[in-house]
Amino acid sequence: MPVHAMTPDYHGDVKDARENYHGNIMVFIGWDHHLLFCASKAIPLPPDMTFGQLIEQVMPDAFGQHPEFKKINWETANWLLDGQAFSPDLSKGLEEQGVGHKSLIRFATPELMGYANAGI
Amino acid sequence: MATKLNIKDKYRLLTRDLDWDFDYQDRKEAFPQEDFEGIKITDWSKWEDPFRLTMDAYWKYQAEKEKKLYAIFDAFSQNNGHVNVTDARYVNAIKLFLTGVSPLEYQAHQGFAAVGRQFSGVGARVACQMQSLDELRHVQTQVHAMSHYNKFFDGFHEFPHMHDRVWYLSVPKSFFDDARSAGPFEFMIAIGFSFEYVLTNLLFVPFMSGAAYNGDMATVTFGFSAQSDEARHMTLGLEVIKFLLEQHEDNLPIVQKWINKWLWRGYRVLALVAMMMDYMLPNKVMSWKEAWEVYFEDAAGSLFKDLARYGIVMPDYVETIAKEKEHLSHQAWWIFYNFTHASAFHTWIPSAKELDWLSEKYPSTFDQYYRPRFELAAEMEKAGERFYCSGLPQLCQVCQIPMGFTEMDNPTLISYRDSVYKDDRYHFCSDGCKTIFDDEPEKYVHSWLPVQQIFQGNCGGADVETVLKDYYRINMGADNMEYAGSPDDLRWKAWKGVA
Repeated sequence: MPVHAMTPDYHGDVKDARENYHGNIMVFIGWDHHLLFCASKAIPLPPDMTFGQLIEQVMPDAFGQHPEFKKINWETANWLLDGQAFSPDLSKGLEEQGVGHKSLIRFATPELMGYANAGI
Repeated sequence: MATKLNIKDKYRLLTRDLDWDFDYQDRKEAFPQEDFEGIKITDWSKWEDPFRLTMDAYWKYQAEKEKKLYAIFDAFSQNNGHVNVTDARYVNAIKLFLTGVSPLEYQAHQGFAAVGRQFSGVGARVACQMQSLDELRHVQTQVHAMSHYNKFFDGFHEFPHMHDRVWYLSVPKSFFDDARSAGPFEFMIAIGFSFEYVLTNLLFVPFMSGAAYNGDMATVTFGFSAQSDEARHMTLGLEVIKFLLEQHEDNLPIVQKWINKWLWRGYRVLALVAMMMDYMLPNKVMSWKEAWEVYFEDAAGSLFKDLARYGIVMPDYVETIAKEKEHLSHQAWWIFYNFTHASAFHTWIPSAKELDWLSEKYPSTFDQYYRPRFELAAEMEKAGERFYCSGLPQLCQVCQIPMGFTEMDNPTLISYRDSVYKDDRYHFCSDGCKTIFDDEPEKYVHSWLPVQQIFQGNCGGADVETVLKDYYRINMGADNMEYAGSPDDLRWKAWKGVA
């Protein structure tokens, strides 16, 4: 039973449906083992934004406060998209390569272990 | 002249005798919410009143307490009691209480009034109505106690408005909304049993002893004044669970599921208490970890042993909580340190002495995982870049807390869980929250998540600053931001004559 309700066949309205985002999709982005940022960021993005644009235009605002940000080598970063290993194509749009509404993109930077090598 | 009733007759007339038979209406239609949850009640007359109290005795007793309470409030106010607290940082704990907890008393008032209408058993109805009145009294006394602080400190001025809108207050608010939008029996297990009986000591004792340890007599006094009410609420919570389990064996799996759910829901709300205890009290009472051990592991341990005869087992995820007790408060405080610019209270880096206290209380985690966070924060602050996290965080669909909790076997990695329901993806901070969603996705698809609402343009502005200022009514630069150098800090130093 998807809900225990008095009303037969009750359905909730989906508050975060894609159509509520004015053409954008909502994407969550997290940098593994860099807990200066207490949580992943929630960012509304145009679905046709390329991954290259994401790295150049979105990442600095989202993660540039970290002292290790400038040292990131994007070529060696490992990516997870919704929990699955993922090799982003920098020239392709987000949606085109499987980034959906409310997808979670995680990246890990193997050579950067966070502040004091403590995952921060 | 009418004869005076003896106590026994009076009790009967003013409680059980308030019921009546339905001779031309269907009783089921009069109590339409009683069946849909699947709970089976075979005989309401088996309900044992958890406390023997009639309304006239109740009024008399409560009036006595009120008289004493307000005399102390007056004295506190006339003597400028606020300058006798240990440090103005302490006041942030009661800002959190007023915005986060007092409105829950009001929600409890409404919730018990609602279920007090829905039970066809009169004993349960009367008990719920009395608790409803208690809860209304609690919110009133709390507001009156805090109104003195409101004259001298920032962050108190818009508490009911903020409770309905501000991102972190959606955590306690949605907890109660969840309970109140459930059926009456689930509400009683959620609030009456899990919250008021199992977890209450982890909410009120820390705040009240925190107040006592930090010279806040106003808060201590309303705590004392509520204590005898709370004792009644606990007996009601216990009666409900025993009654349901004794009525029908089919109730057991339903009740067990609710206990599992509401222990986890309640525990997640208590993350706010954990950080209050470990970080916000200048004079600390005990650590969160110690409190969990005393008030849950010891006390609830024997409760669940007692309930074992009905077939109830220890709730799911108690082992996870036991592991998290080493981490919870630090991760919660860090979320607020990150987003202090969006909060109606201040945060700070613990002093050297406080950092050492944390190391001592959390020997297996603090120095390894959390002290370095504050070292980095201190370096940034020293460089003139006090860290305020840019952007907005990902939230858990169920508890609504920013997803800052980590895996317990890998404490520098965020714990991510998700479910796909009807082509939409939903994110959770934990197995506990995911399980709750998966059981009733249609309920949680319409969680009002503050971050999502901001991005959808439903919070009155496109940029975060407008949302904070106009939609949340945060008095920018006064209610929010770092404690050091805040108007609260400067006023306190002026009163105390220190630079």
